[in-house]
Amino acid sequence: MHHYRPRALRISYSFLLTTVILLFGNLSMAQDGKALFQSNCASCHNPIKVLTGPALKGVTSRVPDQKLLHAWIHNNAAVLASGNKYFNDLYVQFSKTPMSTFPGLSDAEIDAILKYIETYPEPGPASGKNNPNPEQAPASDNSLLYGILTLILAVIMLILMQVNSNLKKLSDDKSGVPSSDPVPFYKNKAYIALIVLVLFVLGGYYLVQAAVGLGRQQNYQPVQPIFFSHKVHPGTNQISCLYCHGGAWDSKHAGVPSLNVCMNCHAAINDYKGEPLHREDGTVVDANAEIQKLYSYTGYDPASGKYTEPGKQIEWVKIHSLPDFVYFNHSQHIRAGKVQCQTCHGNITQMNEVKQFAELSMGWCINCHRTTKVNFPDGKGNGNKFYGIYEKFHQDLKSGKMDSVTVENIGGTECYKCHY
Amino acid sequence: MSEKKYWQNFGERSSSESSRKLAENEFQEDLPMESFDSKGLLDVKTPRRDFLKYLGYSTAAATLAASCKVPVRKVVPYLNKPDNMIPGVADYYATTYVSGGDAISIVAKVRDGRPIKLEGNELSGITQGGTSARMQASVLDLYDTARLRYPVQMVNGLPQEVTSFEAFDKLVSQSMAAQTGSVVLLTGTITSPTSNQIISEFLAKYPGSRHVQYDADSFSGMLQANEAAYGKRAIPSYRFDIAKVIVSLGADFLGTWLSPVEFARQYAKGRKINEQAPEMNRHYQFESLLSMTGANADERFTHKPSETGAVALALLAALGGNVTAPAISEKLKAAVAKTAKDLAAAKGKALVISGSNDMYVQLVVNAINEAVGANGTTITWSAPLLTRQGVDAEFATLVDDMNSGKIGSLLIYDANPAYDYYDAKKFKIGLEKVKTSVSFNGRLDETSELCKYVLPSPHFLERWGDTQAKPGYVSLIQPVIAPLFLTRPYEDSLMKWSGNTLSYDEFFKKYWEDKLGGLEAYEKALQDGVLESKTDAGTGAGATYNASKLGDAATAIGSKKGSDLELALYMQVSMGTGAQANNPWLLELPDPITRGAWDNYAMVSPKFFKDNYDIDLSDAHQADHFEVHPERPVIKIKANGKETSIPVVPVPGTAEGVIAIAVGYGRESADPKKTAAFIGRAVPGAGRNAYPFATSNGTTVDWSATGASFEKTNEEYQIAFSQTHNSYEGRTSVIKEMNLEEFIKDPNEVLEEREKELKNFGGIANYEKEGTLYGYYDKPGIHWGMSIDLNSCTGCGACVIACHAENNVSVVGKNEVMRFHDMHWLRIDRYFTGNYADPDSVQTIFQPMLCQHCDNAPCENVCPVSATNHSSEGLNQMVYNRCIGTRYCANNCPFKVRRFNWADYNQADSFPNNQDQHGVGALNESVLMMSDDLTRMVLNPDVTVRSRGVMEKCSFCVQRLQDGKLKAKKADRPLLDMQDVRTSCQQACPTEAIVFGNINDSKSAIVKERVNNQHRVYHVLEELHVLPNITYLAKVRNPESEAKA
Repeated sequence: MHHYRPRALRISYSFLLTTVILLFGNLSMAQDGKALFQSNCASCHNPIKVLTGPALKGVTSRVPDQKLLHAWIHNNAAVLASGNKYFNDLYVQFSKTPMSTFPGLSDAEIDAILKYIETYPEPGPASGKNNPNPEQAPASDNSLLYGILTLILAVIMLILMQVNSNLKKLSDDKSGVPSSDPVPFYKNKAYIALIVLVLFVLGGYYLVQAAVGLGRQQNYQPVQPIFFSHKVHPGTNQISCLYCHGGAWDSKHAGVPSLNVCMNCHAAINDYKGEPLHREDGTVVDANAEIQKLYSYTGYDPASGKYTEPGKQIEWVKIHSLPDFVYFNHSQHIRAGKVQCQTCHGNITQMNEVKQFAELSMGWCINCHRTTKVNFPDGKGNGNKFYGIYEKFHQDLKSGKMDSVTVENIGGTECYKCHY
Repeated sequence: MSEKKYWQNFGERSSSESSRKLAENEFQEDLPMESFDSKGLLDVKTPRRDFLKYLGYSTAAATLAASCKVPVRKVVPYLNKPDNMIPGVADYYATTYVSGGDAISIVAKVRDGRPIKLEGNELSGITQGGTSARMQASVLDLYDTARLRYPVQMVNGLPQEVTSFEAFDKLVSQSMAAQTGSVVLLTGTITSPTSNQIISEFLAKYPGSRHVQYDADSFSGMLQANEAAYGKRAIPSYRFDIAKVIVSLGADFLGTWLSPVEFARQYAKGRKINEQAPEMNRHYQFESLLSMTGANADERFTHKPSETGAVALALLAALGGNVTAPAISEKLKAAVAKTAKDLAAAKGKALVISGSNDMYVQLVVNAINEAVGANGTTITWSAPLLTRQGVDAEFATLVDDMNSGKIGSLLIYDANPAYDYYDAKKFKIGLEKVKTSVSFNGRLDETSELCKYVLPSPHFLERWGDTQAKPGYVSLIQPVIAPLFLTRPYEDSLMKWSGNTLSYDEFFKKYWEDKLGGLEAYEKALQDGVLESKTDAGTGAGATYNASKLGDAATAIGSKKGSDLELALYMQVSMGTGAQANNPWLLELPDPITRGAWDNYAMVSPKFFKDNYDIDLSDAHQADHFEVHPERPVIKIKANGKETSIPVVPVPGTAEGVIAIAVGYGRESADPKKTAAFIGRAVPGAGRNAYPFATSNGTTVDWSATGASFEKTNEEYQIAFSQTHNSYEGRTSVIKEMNLEEFIKDPNEVLEEREKELKNFGGIANYEKEGTLYGYYDKPGIHWGMSIDLNSCTGCGACVIACHAENNVSVVGKNEVMRFHDMHWLRIDRYFTGNYADPDSVQTIFQPMLCQHCDNAPCENVCPVSATNHSSEGLNQMVYNRCIGTRYCANNCPFKVRRFNWADYNQADSFPNNQDQHGVGALNESVLMMSDDLTRMVLNPDVTVRSRGVMEKCSFCVQRLQDGKLKAKKADRPLLDMQDVRTSCQQACPTEAIVFGNINDSKSAIVKERVNNQHRVYHVLEELHVLPNITYLAKVRNPESEAKA
């Protein structure tokens, strides 16, 4: 038995290690695709819903030519110009809204996005209600598979080891070698150590995951003092985001609008005539009662058209919160970076009640900084003149050493960009 | 290069054992575990079990804390947002810092309605954007918890709230009407045109009333001397910038004398060196104690305070004046002869000033200035300085009148004679006899608490107003925050009580609109903050000299007697007259000379120590006890009938037989127990009051006393010195200094020295790449760099306080400073050189030291969690939320600029029990005061407040760098050098010693500074190959050459 035990342990270690590596490797690949999708595509596309652009799931079967698909994503105008029927039809079908070009995405990155899209779970009969967190499904799918495999292999290993030891005992008996009493497997130190190890690794993994997730609140969707529907305001009524969140243009804070901004319109609009509004739990909202709430906060009397009572402030529940040690500036992203609001806040025009779309984790920020291109001057008068100082990059671009400059290249992943 | 030996303290000078041990153990710190007594961790009963208990407890606590729900945060927008404010964007308003008569034009940074930082206003023709430490710190006074929050009536020494201004007006008017004696308005110097008009209207309403101005740091002697010599009771404007020879007879004109911000800038112009044609002014200083100005002088001579007049007379005689000077020592005679020769040679470009408040000394100085042709050149009368107008004799008469019951009502604003008058006792007795006494001071200071009624005036950041430091130089004050408390400008009261129906705000607006001709011009003036008409400034005529009183002066000076031991009072650049005594930023600013904070003390010469304590500071063993421990012997000083116990500190460069004490400390309420509540929590225990030692010579108050004596006591007192902190471990290439003459002869000296040192590592040109095993990294785009000119730095400390305000640097308090835990990101190192036994030979150099942002930083390599690392812009980044507090980085920093949060200085711990700081390392009350909700309003919201257990250090004001770059990006343009991005210290510097910018931009000021001064540029500790991004320009002194003299 002596010379078997270590080997058995070694085998089981390597098993475990392989499993863990596979598990994590797979996870990180899928996450990259997800992050890329969210930073590049999510403002217009959803894998399973038609938004500004078509639902993307199944796109690899609809366009089997991988090269064509890549060409389309890199530069769709060129594909349209080449007269491809499928894409031209699609173009017409989506009222000739042109898609952004993504010359900077590498083929590997596109594949990661496509993999993410294709593994995105089908909408269930309850359309996601039973599965509030569909994004995490693919990762857990795979790990379940690997888990079952590991379990089966582990059971086989156990049986084989038991058989092995029995056989050894038999042969020892036969050859008259004295042997100690058989140890039942639940007292066998090797097994106990193995189980402890498995528990430790699993426990550690979940503990770390839980710790990393502390303070993060993706999908947080609190009930607000007034049912303010973004679906109605920027959605149906096409009010610009900056009309109310003007701070985003000038300041680090986007800001919640002061009530005088609400009253710019609602002094006149006191009757909601649109489609009925629903809360997350499906109950119907009395929209006019919500407008009355605004009047009671501002002290406005719609009958006389005058402010008759002293106003009081609304205590909204803050949804997007960054830790105190993080410096984030809205105006930087919107004006210097030209990032769309939807990139980080999701499809806000479809939200009756706002929920936090993005994870707002550091990894999420960094992923975007790694892939996002800087508005670098191209020598033809385009681009931000601030970057003129980066002479080396200009030379490298000219000589073809670089094809584009990302936020990371100009130091966008360094600590002092956000922490000071 | 001179072979001088530089030393920061006596122990370092003699390389004593304790000093070496101190340097070795700089970072060692025992765990603060009281229960272990002295037995050590391993000898206690159950160390292992305790350890496991702590481990288990903390794990459980962490688990509990972690399982808590994320708290629900609320966001509350405005109900009706003001149009022009955007939350998160700072607004800048021009206004004016006023304190006593001082006025500095400033720009206040207002973030979300709170002023958080004051900067100099570059449009001002007087200060040109320069600032001082006290001005930088004054924003903290706005949020002072000890400010009086409503009008009160004093009953039995206790304040009783008067609920409204109307009630207060009624009380005071009735009380005033009941008095028969005259009405007197007692104020500090008032330079405001509107206030002066209101005051004269008020006085007109009350027959027999008068206005008395009183300055704690009086210039009465000079005012009277000028009246006698020039027929003008005024102080002229000085032009240090065009003076080639400057002689200061005890005037600390760079630190505390008259208008130091203005003078420092002018002075620095004459100190900056153009390498193509090297030339600089020569500065002689005659003084009794080593002042900050004396530390900057090229030639410095010491004498006793009683000899000031004699030195002046000797100088006049040497310049051909028809006077006989009293006898002075041979050494001084030679010095005077040397100075006179230089002065005579620089006729028309020479300037002599004196810090004496003795009219006769100032008369002699006037005669000297006439003799050297200063009148009309370096001294101009066209725009006299109006910032000091108090005449001591008028105030003395008022005190007499009060005591004889002639004064019925006394209204006091911005004056605190019960503390800072030399005969405060007499003033207090007189004040008791005044039936109606009203104070408009902002807190219950020594004077206010003795008044019957107190109506606090708002802080200058909360009010309208104007100042006129010189005719034709108006600087406007506008409120940048609504009054925090129920306060009212004193002008409002005067107007109310004289029957004017307007409020001061309305009056002010009307006054300037009428004067400027309309709203548009008024608003433009408010926006600029200054109103400077060049015509007004030029029209004032010159002054004709009249020497008739000179004979009297010579006689009076000749009869002045000295004594063996004399007392000299002086002001520290941080504390001044003591008006801002409850300001922890200022209290923690180390004095530029002694590097001591939180206290005043008696400065004496090292010889005094040898004579009286038999401590020879040149002896390694004896100096040790002295340098390494904060305890100093206490002596009992007696002079002119007063006595006080005070610790003594030996300072090289102090004249023999002189004891020097700083005023501005030791403030105390009538009932000492109330000091914290009335004057402020930081005040109790901060030094002793030195004002009672001042004397009167009949007409003016003299800040010196002859016939002083002292007694040794057995007591010791701890003083928080930071001079032994941050040792360079014997490395010497820190300071580089030379004489102008040498520099002209061989400008390559510094370069050659550097070249020689780096020869084996590729020389200067290839040092960066060849001197190391590490790889070379590109800095594409921006590469930040700083240059500090040691010739321009005067050591004033404005940068240190500016850094405090900008970067939320914690105040740690006296206890913690004594434990080497001081937190300043930027410190100003002071080095002595010369023979400390000969006070005249001692020279001083100041060197601002901050994180050098090394491109090959030794701190970065040793961080186990990579909490400090390098950015592609050349910044040494410090990430607080990643730091686990191993302190390896601080141990490995050769410049000792990293600061560790030993305690929870900001009271930010989430567990209330941890906030109790009363065990080992108890925090002072002043630290706890900084965490008050009111005081916290001064914090810069763009900079993280650091918690216990993390390292911090200078970030090159990275929040400003980021903001500047963003400004340029938003405007779609390149970064504007010296405009978009300036660090806080650079902006604060009154002498423009600090230049900062992008060294990748060949046109930037920083590159020009380095290229134009290539013969003086050096890095501190360059041989270590840490590649600092800060360069220094070597100090050049301009003493009289030995050969010529």
